[in-house]
Amino acid sequence: MSDTNQHSASFVRTESIPEREPPYAASGPVKWARDNLFATPANGVLTIVAAYVIYLILAATLPWILNGIWSTSSLAECREILDGTTGACFSVLSERWNQLLFGFQYPEELYWRPSLAFLLLFVAAAPVLFFDLPRKLLIFTALYPFIAYYLIWGGTILTPIVAILGCVAGGYVYQRFVAGSFAAGFFGGIVAALVVWNLGGLLITEEANEAAVMTAVPSRDLGGFMLNMMLGVTCVSLSIPLGIALALGRQSSMPLIKWICVVFIEFIRGVPLITLLFVASVMLAYFFPPESSVDLFLRVVIMITMFSAAYIAEVIRGGLAALPKGQYEAADSLGLDYAQAMRLIILPQALKISIPGIVNVAVGLFKDTTLVSVISMFDLVGMIRGPILASTEWNGVYWELLGFAALLFFVVCYGISQYSQWLERRLATDHR
Amino acid sequence: MTTLTDPPQQTFRLSMLINDTRYRSMTFQAIALLALIVSFAYLLNNLFTNLAAAGLNISYDFLGDPAGYDINQTLVEYDSQSPHSQAAIVGILNTLLVAFLACVTATVFGVIAGVLRLSNNWLVSKLMSFYVEIFRNIPVLIWIIIIFTIMTAVMPAPRAFRGDEPEATMLLGAFAFTNRGVYIPAPIWGGGSMVVVLTFLASVVGVLAYRRYATNLLYATGKLLPMGWPSLAIFFVPTILMYFIMGRPITLEYPELGGFNFRGGIQIGAPLIALWFALSIYTGAFIAENVRAGIQAVSKGQTEAASALGLRPNRVMNLVVLPQALRVIIPPLISQYLNITKNSSLAIAVGYADITATLGGITLNQTGRAIECVLLLMLFYLTISLSISTVMNFYNKSVALKER
Amino acid sequence: MKKSVLLGALTVAGLAAGAAAAGTLDDVKARGTLNCGVTTGLVGFAAPDANGEWNGFDVSVCRAVAAAVLGDPSAVEFVPTTGKTRFTALASGEIDMLARNTTWTFSRDVDLKFTFVGVNYYDGQGFMVPKALGVSSAKDLDGATVCIQTGTTTELNLADFFRANNISYEPVPIETNAEAQQQYLAGACDVYTTDASGLAATRATFEAPGDHVLLPEIISKEPLGPLVRHGDDEWGDVVRWTLNALITAEELGVTSANVGEMASGSGNPEVKRLLGTEGTLGEMLGLDADWAQKAIATQGNYGEIFAKNIGEETPIGLARGLNAQWTNGGLIYSPPFR
Repeated sequence: MSDTNQHSASFVRTESIPEREPPYAASGPVKWARDNLFATPANGVLTIVAAYVIYLILAATLPWILNGIWSTSSLAECREILDGTTGACFSVLSERWNQLLFGFQYPEELYWRPSLAFLLLFVAAAPVLFFDLPRKLLIFTALYPFIAYYLIWGGTILTPIVAILGCVAGGYVYQRFVAGSFAAGFFGGIVAALVVWNLGGLLITEEANEAAVMTAVPSRDLGGFMLNMMLGVTCVSLSIPLGIALALGRQSSMPLIKWICVVFIEFIRGVPLITLLFVASVMLAYFFPPESSVDLFLRVVIMITMFSAAYIAEVIRGGLAALPKGQYEAADSLGLDYAQAMRLIILPQALKISIPGIVNVAVGLFKDTTLVSVISMFDLVGMIRGPILASTEWNGVYWELLGFAALLFFVVCYGISQYSQWLERRLATDHR
Repeated sequence: MTTLTDPPQQTFRLSMLINDTRYRSMTFQAIALLALIVSFAYLLNNLFTNLAAAGLNISYDFLGDPAGYDINQTLVEYDSQSPHSQAAIVGILNTLLVAFLACVTATVFGVIAGVLRLSNNWLVSKLMSFYVEIFRNIPVLIWIIIIFTIMTAVMPAPRAFRGDEPEATMLLGAFAFTNRGVYIPAPIWGGGSMVVVLTFLASVVGVLAYRRYATNLLYATGKLLPMGWPSLAIFFVPTILMYFIMGRPITLEYPELGGFNFRGGIQIGAPLIALWFALSIYTGAFIAENVRAGIQAVSKGQTEAASALGLRPNRVMNLVVLPQALRVIIPPLISQYLNITKNSSLAIAVGYADITATLGGITLNQTGRAIECVLLLMLFYLTISLSISTVMNFYNKSVALKER
Repeated sequence: MKKSVLLGALTVAGLAAGAAAAGTLDDVKARGTLNCGVTTGLVGFAAPDANGEWNGFDVSVCRAVAAAVLGDPSAVEFVPTTGKTRFTALASGEIDMLARNTTWTFSRDVDLKFTFVGVNYYDGQGFMVPKALGVSSAKDLDGATVCIQTGTTTELNLADFFRANNISYEPVPIETNAEAQQQYLAGACDVYTTDASGLAATRATFEAPGDHVLLPEIISKEPLGPLVRHGDDEWGDVVRWTLNALITAEELGVTSANVGEMASGSGNPEVKRLLGTEGTLGEMLGLDADWAQKAIATQGNYGEIFAKNIGEETPIGLARGLNAQWTNGGLIYSPPFR
């Protein structure tokens, strides 16, 4: 081989010539643009159209945002300063930020309390959301609801303490009896908790609430974005256990239980949330005992929880259905009873599959909390449409306020959906 | 000496209700039934005690009383003397109208955005991701309000069309875009227009028949007839010919500025447009995600196999990828349609007279019959949702993968 | 996970409901606060200011009742209600009284079982149009697009008016005043209609109020007043006579400034009866003897309340008109304190 070469060629290069730069058009940004923006003529047209659309959007918004004014006390002053030029009047945000975030009735000197509760929410949520964190943090998660309640509503510290004691008692009874029978443990736990709560309730007098270190704030005074966050977090957390129960009920072999669950789920999913909120605002009051009055916040929490529980139940049902049948059979063959099989084998796997779906429901639900503005609750949207736009100073500031609301929701929802995608990737690798 | 004894007679003990799996499910169901009955009885008892205390009663008689208010968009005969039930029917039809329109356009937006998001054009796919993310992550109520505000603030008022040098002019002299809505020419059906309409319907049937014939021919003999041009020809030519033969029986009535508003033509009200557009663009973002997931769910081997068979790219899409993707897309699409119907209840934010605004809004305000109105409202939505999901599930079954 | 929030809220709610007795008056006294239903925001009548304090004409009535019953005008929980929720809120006991510019009509009184205890503002539905439109009478509005704020009797009056005059119009029902205003200012409606007082209040917030005129026609009678549930006459009496006390105080010249000296030094026996220095009117109501004194001292008399919230000195700038004392040719008239 090398012989022939030596005879037929007068010159053989023994070392390689230095690599040449790729042609200008086949490397760097030009190649990238060619591949990704102008691959075909049609593609090029699309690119130009898209660029034009982007230009239009930016041209309309950028000068408005950059020219914004942050420091006046009314729209009229803004208009005076702008003097006909384009520009936003962001002063409404700097002047009313507290109302947008906390509503107009929450006492100003107490803003640190919901803010602290909000920060602690991240600490509490972290071990649930990220499995790598030490499991001991879950203790804080379990305590968080009580802390958050105490921070936001205030009042006597006895209320959360009694609540914790009830939960502890319930948990203890459950642990004690669950080995014998799940039903005994479960119902015994509930009964124990109820007993403690009722006994503790006797301890809490009205005077205790008034003399409390933390000033009590009635739930009517909650508002702004805080209200959206609270409704979202509370209702989602409450609806997960309810949703699991409904999903299991729907799969149950007992016809009556199954029938009740199916009717409930299909009914709730068949009507818009707004009609359920109408129920909360105009009907539900009639269904409580005559001498009691349950405040609107609680009625709304009840209805939204039922709403999201129905959706979560469907997600979990999907998770249950996606489990291979072998898992059910394996559990049976080990001699586990229904409660044990569900608790130890089925639900841990089914819930894991359902997490992305549950997160989607949670995001949807969080967005839907804005609907409470329709029933005269002053959440973020309610504050904007009601007191702020109706006030003499800020009458006519639509874009700044709506844009701010949109931005807040976008940040939260986009964050959650990014987390959900991360989780999906993470769970996907676990299966391989 | 052992005697065989019968196995001990299973006497029924009370504890077997809990411990014996044969009876346990009965026990639980009995308890559940009891709990259900007790809680219902409790709630109803509260309801009637409360109502009696307030001196109220439950009665649907108010539905027959004159409603007393006017509605701006009515698809059926209605005036302020019509009964509340008629107002509710107007609302129902308006709900169905906006839901139907929004379903159609949301599908269009969704499919376009979903396909473009998979485009290999970087800018376009990023723009589409931006669209999807921004609409999916902001509440629909805020979008409805924003779009309605845009409609009101950006579009010209009818008075801008007035004067010698108006600030706004009509498009082609026939379409007026105002912040009260869009005015378009209305057809006037003259004598003989029935013939034209019938011809048009016949040609629609003709197009379908031709396409069917061509497909059958292709499968039977392998002979490929052109589809596009003949279809278009059958669709348009006979109708246009007939239109001129009959002496142009259909004329257009153009909207004209008169008095306070445009008169003549067809008005599509601003609330309808805002709600329609907001619902379609919001739901479109969700549908785009479904479409993208559906297309990505078709494994790459399918596309490659089709190409290996020698199919051209558009046929690969039409004959191989889309039919398989559709099976993945349709179930979530159904729930998006249901969402549109349910979200149309947010019409009250823009003053569109849907069922929530008539029966659940003004009628409820005027009569104070809150319980009755809310119950009727829920009944309506429940009926609609259940029928849509029944119909769609039926369709879903017909396209589902038939495994053998 | 979040059981305690529910429980806690239940506990709070339970506490709120704990002291349930036969009469609303006893309830309010036991609770220590008055639950008063107001609008979600109408400048001049009831609106929270930048600090979250509720202010306005209707709000003052609530505060006066709280002052009379509890001796503290700030012991009021204001419950914002919409047109939809207000009647349920009252009927279900969520609020003790409703002071939400609500029109006294036959069906509300008889069919919905409420008691209107009086009228604190005589209103009527009017029209506002841009001056540039050149309209001088509501009868010229044939074919106009009309923005209506829903949730009042407005829709019905409007339908009746246009029907009676045989002219056509296109209604645009809007949920909140702020949005109706936006529609009107952008020219999406030619006319904005609601109670004349509301129109004046709305116009006051415009950039150029002078560019808009109120048409002369007032197409309805809208006697607005506070209301309570049927069947609790003791409570109804308290609210009724608190309102009457404010009205009588103006008639007798008792103001927030001079109420103290009038109580001790006035020679007029009716003033003395009103302010509790003579007779036992307070006791008859189940209140302290100086109940009216407290209401007037904190809120002022009817005229002061009017002037402070919606009078000609305020941006809203309403003239007394029908709401002048009967002695000045108006309709405001209180039965005697005797």
